[in-house]
Amino acid sequence: MLDRADAPALLLIAPTGGGKTLAGFLPTLAELSDGQHVGIHTLYVSPLKALAADIKRNLRTPVDEMGLPIRIEDRTGDTSATQKKRQRADPPHILLTTPESLALLTSYEDAPRMFRGLQRVIVDEIHALQESKRGDQLMLALGRLQRLAPGLRRVGLSATVEDPAIIAKSLACHPDPCEILHADPGPAPDISMLVTEEKPPWSGGGAAYAIPAVLEQVRKHKTTLIFHNTRAQAEIFFHNLWLSNTDDLPIGIHHGSLSRDQREKVEGAMVRGDLRAIVCTGSLDLGIDWGDVDLVIQIGAPKNVKRLIQRIGRANHRYNAPSKALLVPANRFEVIECIAALDAAMEGDLDGDPPGPGPRDVLCQHILISACAGPFSADDLFAEVRTVGAFANLTRAQFDECLEFCATGGYALRAYDKWKRLKEINDMWHLRDPRATRNIRMNIGTIQDTDTLKVRFKGSFKSLGEIEEGFAASLTPGDTFLIGGRIVRYESLREMTVEVSRNASKKPKIATFMGTKFATSTQLQARILRMFETGDLDSLPDHTRDWLNLQKEVSKLPEANRILVESFHHNGQAHTVFYGFAGRNAMQTLGLLLTQRMEQLALNPLGFVATDYATMVWGLDPVTDPTPLLQPDALRDGFETWLQGNAVMKKTFRTAATIAGLIERNLPQARKSGRQATFSSDILYETLVKYDPDHLMLDITRDEALSGLVDLGRIEEMLARTNGRFDHVVRDHVTPLAAPLMLEVGRVPIKGEGRELLVERETQALMEASGLNQIDVPKSKPQWRVGW
Amino acid sequence: MNAHILTLSGVSLHALPSGALWAPDTGTLTVSDLHLGKSDRIARRRGIMLPPYETRATLDKLDTLIETHEPQRVICLGDSFDDIDAANSLDEVEKMQLARQQAGRDWIWIEGNHDPGPVDLGGRHLKELACGPLTYRHIAETDATGEISGHYHPKCGLPRGGSRPAFLIDAARVILPAFGAFTGGLRASHPALQALMSKDATAVLTGKKAMPVPFAATR
Repeated sequence: MLDRADAPALLLIAPTGGGKTLAGFLPTLAELSDGQHVGIHTLYVSPLKALAADIKRNLRTPVDEMGLPIRIEDRTGDTSATQKKRQRADPPHILLTTPESLALLTSYEDAPRMFRGLQRVIVDEIHALQESKRGDQLMLALGRLQRLAPGLRRVGLSATVEDPAIIAKSLACHPDPCEILHADPGPAPDISMLVTEEKPPWSGGGAAYAIPAVLEQVRKHKTTLIFHNTRAQAEIFFHNLWLSNTDDLPIGIHHGSLSRDQREKVEGAMVRGDLRAIVCTGSLDLGIDWGDVDLVIQIGAPKNVKRLIQRIGRANHRYNAPSKALLVPANRFEVIECIAALDAAMEGDLDGDPPGPGPRDVLCQHILISACAGPFSADDLFAEVRTVGAFANLTRAQFDECLEFCATGGYALRAYDKWKRLKEINDMWHLRDPRATRNIRMNIGTIQDTDTLKVRFKGSFKSLGEIEEGFAASLTPGDTFLIGGRIVRYESLREMTVEVSRNASKKPKIATFMGTKFATSTQLQARILRMFETGDLDSLPDHTRDWLNLQKEVSKLPEANRILVESFHHNGQAHTVFYGFAGRNAMQTLGLLLTQRMEQLALNPLGFVATDYATMVWGLDPVTDPTPLLQPDALRDGFETWLQGNAVMKKTFRTAATIAGLIERNLPQARKSGRQATFSSDILYETLVKYDPDHLMLDITRDEALSGLVDLGRIEEMLARTNGRFDHVVRDHVTPLAAPLMLEVGRVPIKGEGRELLVERETQALMEASGLNQIDVPKSKPQWRVGW
Repeated sequence: MNAHILTLSGVSLHALPSGALWAPDTGTLTVSDLHLGKSDRIARRRGIMLPPYETRATLDKLDTLIETHEPQRVICLGDSFDDIDAANSLDEVEKMQLARQQAGRDWIWIEGNHDPGPVDLGGRHLKELACGPLTYRHIAETDATGEISGHYHPKCGLPRGGSRPAFLIDAARVILPAFGAFTGGLRASHPALQALMSKDATAVLTGKKAMPVPFAATR
């Protein structure tokens, strides 16, 4: 690192725990040792608040031991307002922060003064930022910093990835080169699947069946990290773990919805070595140095081999010993996925997709942030943005369109003349109303939190954590739920805070946290299909092999070059399952496409549910011939008309419009103000589609949806490999492979004729039940019963 | 016609799936809470530039209704404009569209809390209107009978989920859902609505068809 301290950009690739973060700081410590530097010398950016706090701890020790005159501070969403103010007036030598806090810093008028002397920026866990808009926002901020401090050198620290050149390109100030350093990858990890006496259940993600075996492992090891894919699953698992923890082993829980106090307590205990295990989620996913972790347990299929390898790197932060990890499939299908992931990990077959061009909603936000910092010239800003790798190919027309959107809304049929946001005076763009800065700053960031409410004990001010607003709305006083491993009783909702009391009941209603649901990667799916095709099920445990053999008997196993379609009745409704193996997002899109087609064919679809491997549609009428549903050309043709009307587009629109500053983030303080101020962003979307179909926001929404949630690429991959070939199996009952889908959550209702019919039936049945229809509608009795 | 037919103080009324109320005997079409010019007001007050098409969208919806029913009288039941300045922000196309709708009809703007003064857009401007046994006003009054009002933007959810803008109807009154394109809603469970409506009230859900359901069964 010291040899290359002067390189304008440098990417260091090392396995997790290789001490790369400290290596990244070496040149900084050397340059600061003489005590001459005034102001910020090095900016350290990490994707996680916890990581910034952790680095502060780890850096403090050597700096103090060497007696270096260096001030190190962190600045995240958790930093107090007083501390933040002081940092701006008198910045430390090393500032540790997150992309969002950095973006906010660049929005202040005094940013040029604050960053004038900046020498180095270190981006930690850059591979994790790379795949999200947070990375794009960060790189735009670095473009800004480079202009304020032209000598700025950039260092990226990354875990092992399949294509380091892509990350290097995004890190460098375009068109500067970026050198890549590879550290020794260390010995191969020791990964296996946890063998339990109990069989995994048919569905669900809890893995409660594995609790005794997991506890046994915790007992055998010094410190164990138990990773979960979602927060809700972590809560449930932690709760169950404690119920079985007869030895009172010290075990903690850590996830992003817990209050800062709670998280810090657990982090502290972990560092001191007081805990034998931590149940956690992605909030501990990155390179936090937890010292003596000697086992990583992954609950639930890892979905993606790259992430699995990185999580495993958490164990044994020593180069000479292999990391030890156990996979615990949460259900029967995940057993198959875990086996495939193990094979892939052994072969070092990492997965990944090339990045697309820089997202324009993030650019819009960047333009607004620039306007907050002071008047700017469009030419200068355009030049600055083009130094960011992801935006290197941005055209001036595209840039101007984003600027126009920020200034006037960019509407074709009706202009905001009086109330524009930005005004151009003498070639410089200004905010029309300087008070707008407050609003823009409050909306900085690209992470879309679902609306959450704080939870606290009645009469206490200490927050326990957060739950989703939708979940809070479903609670009535007396209901119990889990938070931070405790069962609490819902008392009341006061000023956007959920008040609870302690409760000793055994069966909580479970808090539903929105966890990011990752799609299983193409590579992993291909491995699973290969396993089915070769019929080589020997590597699977008996219970899973028996299940698949039963499926072979009753129906058949899916193949890579044909889509298996199964139809059956269940609960009085016609169900059809399409095994497309294209990953959750694409299977979701397929569900929307299929139900649209079914609506046209008057099959009255009512809803669907999608998993990584299948989409199940149910409705009033059965599918007798899937041919018209699965024709690749018909699917592609229907795509355009379909795309505009679907829920995924609306969801994507909401995200893009919030990032771009068209709609405000649903902040607690904003939510308090009157009911009429809030209406669904779906209405905005529909209005734009009708009156201004070429609007920038719709263009962005389309781009995003195709590569993201819609995942057209994987639909195309599925169509290419199956090309309209399918096998249709009709059975009286649910088939073995379809059974888990019955229990799957995340059902998507279809608002079509079928739904209208059902709502009509339900309202009429309610009228009937109340006797009110005797007065209003003196007609014949309804012929059917409600039931769906 | 997919409407729900009811009787209030002896007058036959049709709750239409679009959220408008049609009185065939007097040829009166009533819509409430249009909130025209809302995007303009939001831009002015908060600096957020929403798609400025809600006025067009709302007037287009009204066009369809007027073509179907050819009413002699149109009553806009208050909060027709998001505020008085918003009324002045209508552009020429929108003003023309409104003028076409008003031509040859008795057009009444009832005043609402958002638009408590006269607007320079044709039609009569009234605080409230008595019409036979019926009274049209913006905000419901507790002891009224034969009252038709708006203001609350009621929406109702069914026990099995989903919620839609809805009419609330009992023996004394009808509360209309908001007709405007950019309008939110107030849940039926809100104390204000619970206090106004009697226990045996009916909610009529809007959509493709007007669908009656016991108010007490909604959320």
